[in-house]
Amino acid sequence: MTTTLREKNGNGTRPAEPTSETVTYNPRFDIWETEEELVLYGDMPGVVPEDLDIRYEGGELLIHGKVSPRHDNIRFLYGEYGIGDFRRTFTVGEGVDAEKISAELKHGVLTLRLPKSERVKPRKIEVKPG
Amino acid sequence: MLATRWEPLVQLNRFRTEMDRLFEPWGDRRESPNARSTFPPLNLWESDDSLFVEAELPGFELDDLEITVTGGNQLHLQGERKAPTVEGGKWHRRERGFGKFNRTIELAGDVDCDKVSAEFKNGVLLVTLPKREEVKPRRIEVKVN
Repeated sequence: MTTTLREKNGNGTRPAEPTSETVTYNPRFDIWETEEELVLYGDMPGVVPEDLDIRYEGGELLIHGKVSPRHDNIRFLYGEYGIGDFRRTFTVGEGVDAEKISAELKHGVLTLRLPKSERVKPRKIEVKPG
Repeated sequence: MLATRWEPLVQLNRFRTEMDRLFEPWGDRRESPNARSTFPPLNLWESDDSLFVEAELPGFELDDLEITVTGGNQLHLQGERKAPTVEGGKWHRRERGFGKFNRTIELAGDVDCDKVSAEFKNGVLLVTLPKREEVKPRRIEVKVN
C-alpha cells in the first residue's frame, strides 16, 4: 500500500517563518497507516480545543493551533524554548473520506483520524478452485 | 538592585542516562542557542516571591510525572511517556519521542520545599517554587533628613 499523505512543504521540524506579530512553530507529527485509516498524532502543548483550527480543502489538510500567550512581560531567567502558534500542512492524496475525518485533543496531543474511502481499501480476492 | 541574584541554572549532566538518547529528536526544535539537548526544555522566571519553571510535556499524564525538590535548591523532574498502542499497520513518520526522562536542575537560591506546587494543563507543566523568606528581595526604606 502506498502512502496517501505527505508533507506539503518538505522539512517539518524547522521553525516556520515568523510573522509580524507572532512566531509559528511546526508541531511534531507521527503518522500511522492501517488498511482502514490514516492516524496523525501531533504534539501541540498549550493548545485548547477552541483554538485549534483544522481544515481539509482541495486535498490539503491544514492544522493550526493558536497558543495564547501564557506570560505577560516576563523576562525569562532561563529560556530553552519559544512559545507560539503551531501550524502544519499536509497534502492528502485521493482516497480519504473527508466527511469522516475526526479529531481529538488531549493533554496537548492532537489525534486526527482520516478514514479511507471504500474504493481504495485493499480487497482480498477470493480464488475459487477450478 | 536589591533583588536576590538568581544565577542561570546549573545543569547536572551526571544524571544523564542512556534513555536521554530517546529524546534527542526533541532537542532540535525551537531551541535557543544556550539550550542543551536535554529533555524537557525548560523556561524559568521569577517574581519577588516565587520561582517558576515551565515545561512542555504533551501526552504525559500527571501520574506519569514525579516532581521533587531536595536540599532546598535541587529540582528534579522525571517521568515517562508511553507510545500509543497501535497494531495492524505501519508508521510513515515518527517525529515524536517516547520513553523515560530524568532531569535535575540546580536553583541558585533556596526555595520552600513544603510549599512547592505544580499545575499541569494541556500538556504544559508549571511548577511554582516559593522562595524562602531570607532570599526574598527587601525594600530598604531611605529616610530623608
